[in-house]
Amino acid sequence: MQINEKDKSNRPNENPVPSDENFTPLIVAFCCNWCSYAGADLAGSGRLSYPAEVKIIRVPCSCRVNPTFILRAFQKGADGVILAGCHPGDCHYSTGNYFTRRRMTLLFSMLDYMGIEKERTRVEWISAAEGAKFASTMNEFAEKINSLGKCRRLGDLRCV
Amino acid sequence: MRIESDIILGKVKRLVSDGKADRVFAWKKGNFCYDTEPSLFTDNYVGFTYDDFCAANLCKFMINESKKDGKTLVLIKPCDSKGLALLEKEHRINRERIYALGVPCAGKIDMDKIRENGVKGVIGIEEEKENVSCNGDENLIIKTLYGDKIIPKKSVLYDKCLSCTDKEHVGCDEVFMPELSEDTYDGKKFEGVKKIENMPSDERFSFWRSQLSKCIRCNACRNVCPVCSCVKCIFDNDNSGIASKANSDDFEENLYHIIRAFHVCGRCVDCGECSRVCPEKIPLHLLNRKYIKDIKELYGYEKEPALLTFTKSDAEPSVIYERGEKNV
Repeated sequence: MQINEKDKSNRPNENPVPSDENFTPLIVAFCCNWCSYAGADLAGSGRLSYPAEVKIIRVPCSCRVNPTFILRAFQKGADGVILAGCHPGDCHYSTGNYFTRRRMTLLFSMLDYMGIEKERTRVEWISAAEGAKFASTMNEFAEKINSLGKCRRLGDLRCV
Repeated sequence: MRIESDIILGKVKRLVSDGKADRVFAWKKGNFCYDTEPSLFTDNYVGFTYDDFCAANLCKFMINESKKDGKTLVLIKPCDSKGLALLEKEHRINRERIYALGVPCAGKIDMDKIRENGVKGVIGIEEEKENVSCNGDENLIIKTLYGDKIIPKKSVLYDKCLSCTDKEHVGCDEVFMPELSEDTYDGKKFEGVKKIENMPSDERFSFWRSQLSKCIRCNACRNVCPVCSCVKCIFDNDNSGIASKANSDDFEENLYHIIRAFHVCGRCVDCGECSRVCPEKIPLHLLNRKYIKDIKELYGYEKEPALLTFTKSDAEPSVIYERGEKNV
């Protein structure tokens, strides 16, 4: 099979290019049903704006998020993944987010170790009453991802 | 002192005739003196061997062996004993049907390292009896078709042996001649991990990209791992996305190894088998060891697997960003 020059330049293992003007990041936010999803709701009803590029996926608990979900989001073209859950101690299921905390610390540490920019992943604790925090976190995170540009280190060619 | 295969075989035969076990799982000589393979001995002991090339970990075979009637006697090296203990703890094996005989280990020899030294036509290996240097480092006499060659033993040991911190058997029914075990630890267990951690992000990425792009998804690392003992593995799913035929995708190599390392995170017994069996020589133990190092740094030593437990004062995930800044 012949590979033309254009395909080569698209290979994901090349360094991230600086963001161009047309670049809009795709951000996946896993939000826990009981706190952060309600926090997003509150941000909406409070008319606080946060970037439309943030795609929220509702999960029953932040602990439901399997590391494969996060990698799969990157594979399917996400530029940043943020995981939002109840504050430690406030989990609807008592202890779920304590497990999340350990898992994600270790997973993100591993991604960093493998050279994936560590700013692309984040864990935030956002309660149902913190609509403002939700909006500001998402704004800040989207800005960061915007400055990092497209994620090429963990992407799937077929989705580009 | 050299570990004699015949003495071990004599002990095994005694135990079997005493009725401690009905069959023996050990190593068998292969075509060449440096080939050994795991083998089950039921009637006779033709080809039985235990020498410096018996590096394979036998404990995972016990999952199937312990399903059979009667008892299996298995030879267990110190590093294998941790794997066996974990399999028992996770109820993967029926421990009552296994007789674990701890055998001494003085480090195993990596034939590839001997070849790297330019030695060809190996027909046998002996330990040098005289001239043992004062620091205890032994030399090996490698007998080849082209004459004898002398190589320091430490330079040809498996990497996993150089990072083996203790030669103590855990949970064996009996330990045979433990005094013959020799310390092979070079004091640099986390050196490899630290070296990568100190690289800039771009370099880390290209290092892992160049290593993982060699992966052929043969699943040898998974199959040999005493910790990877799930009956149904996520990667056996055709839709798991790690073995697509259109080989246009760098991602699946990353996915495979990140997820595999994560699945053994906190349970890894650091036996180093994954790197040993890798046909492409990917240093997979560096992934597992990174987790071991992180767990030690962040959560300290714990008897429970780190991901199955927590404390209320655990570090926040943001700790890795702060730590990264310090490194730079």
